[in-house]
Amino acid sequence: MNDSKPRRAAVLGGNRIPFARQNGPYAQASNQDMLTAALDGLVGRFALQGERLGEVAAGAVLKHSHDFNLTRECVLGSALAEQTPAYDVQQACGTGLETTLHVANKIALGQIESGISGGVDTTSDAPIEVGDDLRRLLLDLNAARSATDRLRVLSGLRPGQIVPRIPRNEEPRTGFSMGEHQAISAKKWGIGRREQDEVAVESHMRMAAAYDAGFFDDLVTPYLGLERDQNLRPDSTVEKLSKLKPVFGEGPDATMTAANSTPLSDGASTVLLASDEWAEAHSLPVLAHLVDAETAAVDFVHAEDDLLGAPLYAVPRLLARNGLALEDFDFYEIHEAFASQVVMTLKAWRDPAFCAERLGRDEPLGEIDPLKLNVHGSSLAAGHPFAATGGRIVATLAKLLHEKGSGRGLISICAAGGQGVTAILEKEAEG
Amino acid sequence: MSDRYQNIANSSLGGMVTRRLGLPTPPRLERHKPGRAVVSGPVALGSAHGGRLEGAAREVMRSIGAHVGEGDGEEAYAALVYDATGIGGSARLRALYDFFHPLIRQTPPSGRIVVLASPPDEAGSEPARVAQRAIEGFLRSVGKEVGGKGVTAQLVEVGEGAEGAMESTLRFLLSARSAYVSGQVIRLAAVEPEALSIPADWDAPLDGTVAAVTGAARGIGKSIAETLARDGAKVVAIDIPPAGEALSAVANEIGGAAVQLDITDPSAPDRLAEFVAERHDSLDAIVHNAGITRDKTLGRMSEDQWDQVLGVNLIAPEMITARLLERELIGVGGRVVGVSSVSGIAGNRGQTNYATSKAGVVGLVQSLAAPMAARGATINAVAPGFIETEMTARMPLGTREAGRRTNSLVQGGQPVDVAEAVAWLAAPATGAVNGNVVRVCGQALIGA
Repeated sequence: MNDSKPRRAAVLGGNRIPFARQNGPYAQASNQDMLTAALDGLVGRFALQGERLGEVAAGAVLKHSHDFNLTRECVLGSALAEQTPAYDVQQACGTGLETTLHVANKIALGQIESGISGGVDTTSDAPIEVGDDLRRLLLDLNAARSATDRLRVLSGLRPGQIVPRIPRNEEPRTGFSMGEHQAISAKKWGIGRREQDEVAVESHMRMAAAYDAGFFDDLVTPYLGLERDQNLRPDSTVEKLSKLKPVFGEGPDATMTAANSTPLSDGASTVLLASDEWAEAHSLPVLAHLVDAETAAVDFVHAEDDLLGAPLYAVPRLLARNGLALEDFDFYEIHEAFASQVVMTLKAWRDPAFCAERLGRDEPLGEIDPLKLNVHGSSLAAGHPFAATGGRIVATLAKLLHEKGSGRGLISICAAGGQGVTAILEKEAEG
Repeated sequence: MSDRYQNIANSSLGGMVTRRLGLPTPPRLERHKPGRAVVSGPVALGSAHGGRLEGAAREVMRSIGAHVGEGDGEEAYAALVYDATGIGGSARLRALYDFFHPLIRQTPPSGRIVVLASPPDEAGSEPARVAQRAIEGFLRSVGKEVGGKGVTAQLVEVGEGAEGAMESTLRFLLSARSAYVSGQVIRLAAVEPEALSIPADWDAPLDGTVAAVTGAARGIGKSIAETLARDGAKVVAIDIPPAGEALSAVANEIGGAAVQLDITDPSAPDRLAEFVAERHDSLDAIVHNAGITRDKTLGRMSEDQWDQVLGVNLIAPEMITARLLERELIGVGGRVVGVSSVSGIAGNRGQTNYATSKAGVVGLVQSLAAPMAARGATINAVAPGFIETEMTARMPLGTREAGRRTNSLVQGGQPVDVAEAVAWLAAPATGAVNGNVVRVCGQALIGA
């Protein structure tokens, strides 16, 4: 490291709306409604009314075609200055962290002084597509110039074409859903039912305790009558979860249930980022800095890689570049897309064979102290509106580091398409 | 919240009916709008011989741009101001009669009456103490006579050394800001110059200040937040996390900051102190508005109903004020404003918990007044009477009508009426008012 390294972007805080289950309290809310609400809550928390920020970057995984400028529309509908530019990013479940990296990098380079990252998703108000045949026909109808032409086009309509396509959580190149993919991985890694259920129960208990302690008072703003994440089950126990039927995988040894997999969810999150100078000028304490990030992708189509296994590669590269060991962190935030994904990640990093063959290491990457992992719960408890998860995690980790006073945190988020986004946050001791 | 009877009584047909039936016509009260003059017409300024305040009062009239007459009955006066400090004995109380008798019936709707006196215990002689104390009875009766026209009457007891510190209070009492305040005795005390600052612009008397308001998401608290922001304050709007959505909307509307905080949580004083220290260095004002009711007669009241009401309404303001003072986050010129209640002063069936808490707020004001003065700061409270809110709209009809009509102004107040009084007490220029509990009740008949 030398003196010419770029400055680090500061995380000043975040705001999200409580996450809801599909067709729950947010059934009638659009992505634009929810992201605007999350932005306005952030503006209220930090008194940013009328403020021109460097930019707002956000996105959604499930997006209507008319939402082509979703984030900019949300900014125009928010209390921020209309002069704040905005753009959309889409990288599956990595979206929320990826937008944070975009904004943070521009701050680090000095191109902007402040910005908001975020993400939103609705599985309730999801876009519905028509089939290619009907779409072609409707475009022709629109192009037709006379009534005769229009009749001719319409005469080509067949009943079968009217059935719409509802988006599925499915990999286009394999035809498997994400859960089905992860079920294959869980079986391959020999991950048992009980250890998955334990991860889920721990997540619920920790998040409920954090809510009770007021940890989320300055991270979450109620929306449409929902005050906490709807999916949160403080009374969850391994005994109760053991009674659920598996939903992914086949046969008697299927292990993945609705409780140890994240539910389809609706919600939005935002993160406020800035330079240290901007933070000081606005009298806003810096919670943590973004140190570095690494995104990896794996070939799950042709090779034997796990669909949700990209973080297994991203983190070792990130650690190597920063001269850090896996044990050098105070907090680990591993997105709980599925409990088995978290267990798989931990297993892979301590597995000598995987680390030697796939990571080219002489030694395993290492172990993570379970007491430092997802300390206030994660997606199994909160729910997982795809693009909103990154913002939830960044703001939570930054606040954890700030409360501790100093330390380092690691974020790992797996995403569809065989991708994984990872990042390091750090809080420097003061004085 | 609408007052249907007031609307009917003020309509031409409805008014005819209500007058025939001998029912009162609740007057329409003028309320403050930014930019409007303090008084809408000339002021009659009179003085008992030997008074010490006429010069200072005249100076205030000049500052507010009021045309001053002598009270000779030639003009209709929007306000009557009388310096009674010269009344040194009971026989000379006749001066009050002589000044007000010819003028009082000509006072126009929403007119203002202010009598300036000495605090009886500070008056120079025994006869003077008797006479100065007598003025209160005169004033309270005048308020009851003129209330039907929307006219208010107040007594301001100006202590030695407070002569130059009357302007903020007189501006409040003479203007439409005090629409629902009547029959009050307000005491001004001598104040060090640094504890009092005159605003550059009297339309923005809170300019440059930071004010925290608890319970700011809705009702009276929301109105307080809006009014303080209108007057130039940067507002820290506080409410419980479940009210966060409405709170955030209030903050965004007024350019303030939203803080989701349960003030009864043991960590709340520290968390608020930390917020203030990080974001603002210190607070210029804190308004303890958050309040709840859990009504039950004492024998049927649960422990929780007692504990919750005391916790929110009294213990939280005590703890938070103590911590902010301890950490020196309320400094010279600081203002603490509590919200008591006429129930706290008069007592109310089914409200032993609430009235205890609200009387406790009066106790808090009285116990901290001296230490606050020593810091160059003040603590006061407002005590609302019947205010038209979502809470009073849910009352049974009979109780609600009784609450609305049993006061000199024959109507309920609006949330903004409480907010205006809070804004006056929170202003840097109001340093001479300390240890006061000012009712915003239209001179309610109970709890006098």
